[in-house]
Amino acid sequence: MSSINTALRDFDSLDALATRPTRLSAIDPRAKILATLGFIITVVSFDRYVVAALLPFALFPVAMAGLGEISLRMIARKLLIASPFAVMVGLFNPWLDQKPVLQLLGYPIAGGWVSFASILIRFCLTVAAALVLVASTGFHQVCVGLRRLGLPQVFTTQLLFLHRYALVLAGEAGRMSLARELRSGSRGALPLAVFGSLLGHLLLRAMERAQRIYQAMVARGFDGELRSRQVLAWRGRDSLFLLVCWGGFLLARQLDVTHLLGLLLLGHLS
Amino acid sequence: MSHHIVETRALSYAYPDGQQALQNLNFSIHHGQSVGVIGSNGAGKSTLLLHLNGVLKPTAGEVRIGDFPVCKATLTEVRRTVGLVFQDPDDQLFMPTVYDDVAFGPINMGLPAAEVNALVVHALATVGAGYLAQRPPYRLSGGEKRAVAIAAVLAMSPSILVMDEPSAGLDPAARRRLINLLKGFNHTKIIATHDLDLVLDLCSRVLVMREGSIEADGSPEAIFADAELLERCHLELPLSLQRR
Repeated sequence: MSSINTALRDFDSLDALATRPTRLSAIDPRAKILATLGFIITVVSFDRYVVAALLPFALFPVAMAGLGEISLRMIARKLLIASPFAVMVGLFNPWLDQKPVLQLLGYPIAGGWVSFASILIRFCLTVAAALVLVASTGFHQVCVGLRRLGLPQVFTTQLLFLHRYALVLAGEAGRMSLARELRSGSRGALPLAVFGSLLGHLLLRAMERAQRIYQAMVARGFDGELRSRQVLAWRGRDSLFLLVCWGGFLLARQLDVTHLLGLLLLGHLS
Repeated sequence: MSHHIVETRALSYAYPDGQQALQNLNFSIHHGQSVGVIGSNGAGKSTLLLHLNGVLKPTAGEVRIGDFPVCKATLTEVRRTVGLVFQDPDDQLFMPTVYDDVAFGPINMGLPAAEVNALVVHALATVGAGYLAQRPPYRLSGGEKRAVAIAAVLAMSPSILVMDEPSAGLDPAARRRLINLLKGFNHTKIIATHDLDLVLDLCSRVLVMREGSIEADGSPEAIFADAELLERCHLELPLSLQRR
């Protein structure tokens, strides 16, 4: 229970961070979205056995977190919560792909292990960048930015509502689970049958709530379009920010910075 | 404008699963009247309220607001006239900040930005929640949420306020503030509630519902004097009228 509540508080705090005035929160949400998107595309575009060339990309989320005064520890905790998904994706690579692709201290390393490491690094980089984006911009502003960039209203509205009601729904799930715990006596573990019925109830409640929210919206004149009063102003520094980010990604994509650094270091040593 | 501002004629409603929720309701509420709708759980109070601004459509009969029947063509006008405050403020406050939420109705009405701002500021000031404007609604206390939900409806300048259990879940001080706030409104008010003392404080007329029909319609004094009626409808005397 307490772990659910901690996760909820964390989720909640991410958005609250965005209201502080920092150098990063002053940048137009669209610039940050485009920079993050460019970052994700660049990181994903590498070949599956690439590990070392990905490392310099860690600079982007770290620098963004620095500019936005966001604690890296908090980002790391959230990465840990999401990590099982990435581990699942790469879990079978070492079994399926046993062809050795490189030698480390005389031992052959199978391609599967290399691609597994590559998946984990990519996961950390892209998810950290997305988390920093939300923490420095606020979920609502991200949605406004996405809308202005041309994403259909259906998606941005869904995202907004998902964000607004995830907490309410999770609170409901927490209360149901507590109610079960209190009446389950010494039997701690959740039997599958009970879990199924709990989940079913949660679904029904969520559907009922969705119905009531829609009624409340309709009662106040909702006609399918969520109008925003937010106005975004693109300034010179937003263009500069975007150009520096994209330029950096392009450079790190074309040149193997880690390899160059290694050569430079070895050159000095020899 | 007719002086019968809210009227139902042979209003009946059955849920899609066949359960009959309302049966042949006939009443009319005059301009400026304050009406309490009371009755046991499941008597049909909330279902009735949802008909008053066209969220639910009657299976038989009709609802008239002012001079119009509630139908597709008049829906926009009806929803501007009838402000509906939901039982759970969490269902009603869905925008990212209190300000955005209160502005939701006026923006949908197509008003210009300056006008929207004036309406929002005024509505929040009326319920004493101006200081909450930039807060996210899910971080508010129960009483604050209720106040904001009422402001969100007031911002549409309705002439009829319809409320579902407005005092549920409020602490005594917040409940008293709400009652004083509602006393100050000149709107026609229709309030469904189990809080019989609130009815006694606010309402000049009471509709008693039982199993989807109107069992009694009269002044609070007459209704609460009828012990047999109260018992039949799972009600009791308001606490302030009970002898210790």
